[in-house]
Amino acid sequence: MDDFQYHAPSSVDGVLSALRGADDGKVLAGGMSLLPVMKLAMAAPSDLVSLRNVPGLSDIEDHGHCLKIGACCTHAQVAASSVVRERIPALAAMAGRIGDPQVRNRGTIGGSVAHNDPAADYPAACVGLGATIITDRRKISSDDFFGSMFETPLEDDELVTAVCFPIVDGAAYAKFENPASKYAVAGVMVARDSDGVRVAVTGAGAGVFRVAEMEAALADDFSADAVAGISVSSDGLLSDNVAGAEYRAHLVTVMAKRAVEACG
Amino acid sequence: MPAVTMTVNGVSRSADVEGRTLLVDFLREKLQLTGTHVGCDTSQCGACVVHMNGQSVKSCTCLAVDADGADVTTIEGLANGADLHPMQKAFREHHGLQCGFCTPGMVMSAIDLVNRNPSPSEGEVRHWLDGNFCRCTGYHNIVKAVMAGADAMGGGS
Amino acid sequence: MSGNGSNGTGFIGASLKRKEDARFLTGRGRYTDDINLPGQLYAHLLRSTVAHANLGSVDTSAAEAAPGVQAVFTGPDMEDVGGIPTGWLIHSKDGSPMVEPKHPAMAIGKVRHVGEIVAIVVAETRDQAREAAALIDIDYQELPAAASLEAARADGAPLVWDEAAGNLCYDWEVGDRAAAEAAIDGAAHTVSIDVVNQRLVPNAIEPRAAIGNFDPTTGEYTLYTTSQNPHLIRLLLGAFVLGLPEHKLRIVAPDVGGGFGSKIPHYAEEAILTWTAGRLARPVKWTSDRSEAFVSDTQGRDHISTATLGFDEDGRFVGLKVSTQANLGAYLSTFATCVPTYLYGILFAGPYTTPAIYCEVEGVFTNTVPVDALRGAGRPEATYLLERLVDKAAAATGIDRVDIRRRNFIREFPYQTPVALQYDQGDYDATLDLALEASDWDGFEARRNEAASRGKLRGIGISTFIEACGIAPSAVVGSLGARAGLYEVGSVRVHPTGSVSVFTGTHSHGQGHETTFAQIVAETLGVDFEAVDVVHGDTNAIPFGMGTYGSRSLAVGGTAIYNAVQKVIAKGRKIAAHLLEASEEDIEFADGNFTVAGTDRSKSIGEVALTAYVPHNYPEGLEPGLEETAFYDPLNFTFPAGTHVAEVEVDPETGEVELVAVTGADDVGRIINPMIVNGQLHGGLAHGIGQALLEHCEYDDEGQLVTGSYMNYTMPRAGDLPNFNINHNTTHCTHNPLGVKGVGEVGSIGVPPAVINAVVDALSPLGVTHMEMPATSERVWQAIQAAQAQD
Repeated sequence: MDDFQYHAPSSVDGVLSALRGADDGKVLAGGMSLLPVMKLAMAAPSDLVSLRNVPGLSDIEDHGHCLKIGACCTHAQVAASSVVRERIPALAAMAGRIGDPQVRNRGTIGGSVAHNDPAADYPAACVGLGATIITDRRKISSDDFFGSMFETPLEDDELVTAVCFPIVDGAAYAKFENPASKYAVAGVMVARDSDGVRVAVTGAGAGVFRVAEMEAALADDFSADAVAGISVSSDGLLSDNVAGAEYRAHLVTVMAKRAVEACG
Repeated sequence: MPAVTMTVNGVSRSADVEGRTLLVDFLREKLQLTGTHVGCDTSQCGACVVHMNGQSVKSCTCLAVDADGADVTTIEGLANGADLHPMQKAFREHHGLQCGFCTPGMVMSAIDLVNRNPSPSEGEVRHWLDGNFCRCTGYHNIVKAVMAGADAMGGGS
Repeated sequence: MSGNGSNGTGFIGASLKRKEDARFLTGRGRYTDDINLPGQLYAHLLRSTVAHANLGSVDTSAAEAAPGVQAVFTGPDMEDVGGIPTGWLIHSKDGSPMVEPKHPAMAIGKVRHVGEIVAIVVAETRDQAREAAALIDIDYQELPAAASLEAARADGAPLVWDEAAGNLCYDWEVGDRAAAEAAIDGAAHTVSIDVVNQRLVPNAIEPRAAIGNFDPTTGEYTLYTTSQNPHLIRLLLGAFVLGLPEHKLRIVAPDVGGGFGSKIPHYAEEAILTWTAGRLARPVKWTSDRSEAFVSDTQGRDHISTATLGFDEDGRFVGLKVSTQANLGAYLSTFATCVPTYLYGILFAGPYTTPAIYCEVEGVFTNTVPVDALRGAGRPEATYLLERLVDKAAAATGIDRVDIRRRNFIREFPYQTPVALQYDQGDYDATLDLALEASDWDGFEARRNEAASRGKLRGIGISTFIEACGIAPSAVVGSLGARAGLYEVGSVRVHPTGSVSVFTGTHSHGQGHETTFAQIVAETLGVDFEAVDVVHGDTNAIPFGMGTYGSRSLAVGGTAIYNAVQKVIAKGRKIAAHLLEASEEDIEFADGNFTVAGTDRSKSIGEVALTAYVPHNYPEGLEPGLEETAFYDPLNFTFPAGTHVAEVEVDPETGEVELVAVTGADDVGRIINPMIVNGQLHGGLAHGIGQALLEHCEYDDEGQLVTGSYMNYTMPRAGDLPNFNINHNTTHCTHNPLGVKGVGEVGSIGVPPAVINAVVDALSPLGVTHMEMPATSERVWQAIQAAQAQD
C-alpha cells in the first residue's frame, strides 16, 4: 500500500485536529475494512489517524432506556458483553457472527458504522433497533445516517464516538451469508417495541433499507406468516456471482420470517 | 520514520518502520520471525494470525505502528525450549497439518479459542476456524487436534 | 511384506508421527519467501489488465528513473530466449500435431489474458518496485476477447492465436468411434447428458515465489522456487528457455506450502527471475500476492461435455460416446495439453465393462489464464461425467442406483479397457459393500423422513470410480506424445555409522514423504526410523527426478527408493559374506542383520556400513562405500478405486445445501502410514466437495476475472465440511514391489459426483433431474423454482 502520515493522538480533539490538518485523512479504528482496501490500492489516504490512544471509546454503558456502546468497542467485545447479551441479545448475537474471530477481535462498531458497507451487519442492527449515532458534535438517527453504499452524513473531520441502542421488547437478526466473504447476502434485523416494529435489511441493496410493508404487517400480527407473503422488489437490489437480485429479494422475505420467529 | 517498540515472544523489540508497515512484515522482515505467513491480501486466510495482547489477530491487517507497546506472541514463542505447547503437540499427534503453511495461524487461532472456551464442541471449533483456511487437511484432523489440544490445555492457559 | 524382501520391523503400516512437523509447528519451516539472500533485490511483475490487446508502446522511462530501481525489462528484452515449453505433444484425429504457439516469458506485441506479464521492475525494496511499476505507461490497443469455451468456438470468434483457426489447439480422440456409435444405436436404452465441469482456482495457501541468483565467479545460476518438481524445472528452464547446462543451473524447491497441481508447471516467472538475476548479477526475489495468484497461477478443469450411454434391458452398458471441449487458456502450460486428453479420455471405462467407448476432445484457446493440472487432473472430469450418467441411466430404467453399478463392474483382472488402459487388480464390489455398510445406505429412508419432519430435503448419492495414478511408464507416455520420461529416482546413502540419507526426485509439499519414505527404508533396511532422513527439493543434492504429481510419489518414487535399498542390501551381502567368511549365497538379510544361514553368525547393517567406509578387511575388487541409486520406470499405471457416498440436506426455502455425511471406502493399495493416507483422503475430499458445492472461477465476457479474491471465490472452510467416514479395503498393485497405488487425488476424483447425485436425489421429489457444479444456494433455489413452475 502507499505510505501515509500516521497519527495516534490521545484525545478526540487531537483526532479532529489531525483530520483537519490532512489532505485526505482517514480515521483508523480496527482497520478491518480500511486496511484491506488500502492494500488493494482502492484507497490511498494521505494520513491515518489512529484511535488507539484515545481513552473512553471502548466502554459499554447501560443508560436504562438504551445501551451506549463506545465507537472502539470490538465486535468480540459486544458479542461477549454480559450487559449487551442481557439487554439486547440480538445485538450480541449479530456481533458474534460478523466476519471471523480475528475480524471480531479488531473490528469496531464505530468503524463499521462509519464505513457503511452495504453488506455489513451493523447498519441493519442500527436501523433495525433504531439506534442513534453519536459523533463528536451531534447525534444522528440511524434512519438519517446510513445512505447508499459507503455514504454517511459524516463530515471529513467528524468522528463517531458511540452508538446508542434503545432497549426494545424483542429483536432478532437473521443473516444469509456470502459463503466466500461472510458478509451478508441478505441480513434482516427485526425489532419490536411499543412504538411498533422495525425491519431493516442489509446486504441486499445498495445500502441498508427498511421494509415498511413488513413493518406494518408485523405491527398488526407479529408472526412469521405475516411477512411470508411480502416480498421486496428486486429492482435496485445487488446482483453478483453469489446471488442475483431475484434471489436476494426472496432471501429478504425468508430472513425476515426467520428473524420474526427468533424474536419469540 | 516512526519507531515502534513491542514485546515479541517475551522480548522487547524495537525498529524504525514506515507508517504502512504491516505487523506481519515487521515480524517477518525486521525480526526474521518467518513462522508467521501471508496467504492472502483480503484478511481472510488466517496464515498470519498472531496473538496481540492475548487475542488472535490477523497480522496482515494491523499496522506495526498500531501495535506499538503491545505484547505479541507468534508461533515461534509458543514452545518452551524443546517442550511444545499442548496445542502444538495435539496438531502433531492428530496430523493436523500437512504442508505446514497455514499451521502457525491455525495453532494461534486455536489457542485463542481455548482461552475463551476451554471445552469447545466440534461445531464451535469449526465455526471458530472461519478465519483460517487450509487446503491440505480438509480440516478433519485440525478439528480433532484443536479439541485434543483444548483437553490438554486443561481449561485454558 | 512377505515376498517383498521386508524385514518386518513394523514401520510399514504404522501411523508414525511425521518428521516434518517439528519445524512446521514451531515456525521453522523454510518456504521460498522465508529465504533472503545477501544483496537481494525485489521484483514487481507488471501484468496485463486487459484480456486481449495489441501492445502499443510500453514506456518504462519514468519507472527506470524511480527511486531504488535497478532495472526494468519487457518482453523484447528477452526475445532471444526460448519460449516456455509444453510437456506433451497431442495429435489431432487427422494426425496433425497440435497448434503450439511460442509462449514468450513476457508479452511481445500482444497480451492474451489478464495477468500476463508485461514487464519486470527490479528495485531495492518491494514497495519501490511496485511503485515504479505503476509509472510504466502501456498503450493497450484492445481487441475483442474470447473469454469462454462458447465464445471461443463461436463463428467469427476473436482469435487468441492467428495460427489456431477456430481457436482450436487440437481435436483429439481415443477409442473406436464406429463401435461406440453402433453400440449406442443398437442399444435398448440410451441416456444423454450435457455437463459443465467448472473452472477452479487451485489456491495452495502459500502463494508462489521465486528468487533468482547468479554467481559470476562460477557462472552458476540458482533458482529458489515454489515447485512440485525441481528437476523438471531445471530441464525445461535450462534446456528449452535459457539454454543453460544442468551443471550451471541449480533449482531449489524448499518447503512448499501446497501445490495441488498449480506448482507443477514451469512458469514464466521462473525464467524471468533467473534471467534477470543473471543480467544484474544480484539475487532478485518475487513473491506473489493472492490477487496476483488468481490471475497467474494455472487454473483447473473447465470442460463442457455431451455424452450418451447405451445399455441393454438389464442395465448393462453397451456403448459410451463423449464429446468434450476443454479450455486450455491463452498459453499452453506444461501439462495443459495432456490433462484433458490422456488423463481424461482414457478413464471412461471407470470400473465398468462397457465394451465400446469413444471420447473426442477439442482443446480450445481462450483469453483466460492458462489451465493445467489441478488435483485429479482430468480424472475428476471423467469420473463426474460418467457417474452422473450412470445415475441418469438408473433413473431412466428404474434400476436401483447401486444395482446398476454392480451389474456393470469389472471382476476379472487384468482387464483391458477399450480406451487404452489395462487394470491390473481391483475389487470394486468390496469397496461398494463397505461403503454401503459404513454409510448405512439401507437406513437412509428413515433419515430422509426425519429430515422432512424438520422441513429439510435429504438426499444420498453414490459414486463408484477408478483412477489411473502413479504416472507413468515412460515408453507408453512417450508413444502418446509426452516429451519426458516419467520414471523416478531414489538414492540411499548408508553412512559409516549406520544412519541413512535418502534422496528422492519427488517433492513433498504436504504429503509427508520425509516420514513415509523413511518408514520404507527403516523397514526394508532394518534400521531405526530416527536414523533415516529424506532429502528432497534440491537439484544439487539429488541425482535426478521428475517430481510429485499424479499420485506418483510413493508408487514410482517410493519404488525407486525401495529398489535402491535392495541394491544396498545386495552390496552389503557381499561385504558381510567376506567378513563372515561365508559364501554370498548363504547370507540372509533380515531385521538389519546379515546372517549366515542356519547359524547365529551375523553382521549388522551398521557394521557392514562401517566396513564399507573403512575397508581394511574388504572383498577384493568391491568399491568402498555404501550408497546406491535406482531409477524406476513403472510398468503400468496404478489403479486406486473406491466408492464414495454423500448425504446432503437442502433447505428448500433458501436452496442452501448442507453436506451432512461423507463416507469413503477406498482401495489405495498397500498403506505405509495410515495416518498420512487418511489425511490425504480428507484433503482430497475437501477439494472435491469444494468443487461440488462452493468453488467457481468465473470470467466476464471481456475476460476479466469476476472471482479474483477470497471475497468472491469460495474456499471450503471448516464449517462447510463434516467429519469424514474413511474406510479401506486394500488390494495390492501387482506391478510394483510395495503393492502401492496412490492416494492424493482420490477424494477430488471420487466425491464430486457423489455430492451432486445426492443433491439431485434430495430434489428429485420436486422433479429436479439435473444440477451443475457448484450446487450453490442460488442454483438450487432456482432449480426448485423451475421445477415448481412446471408443476
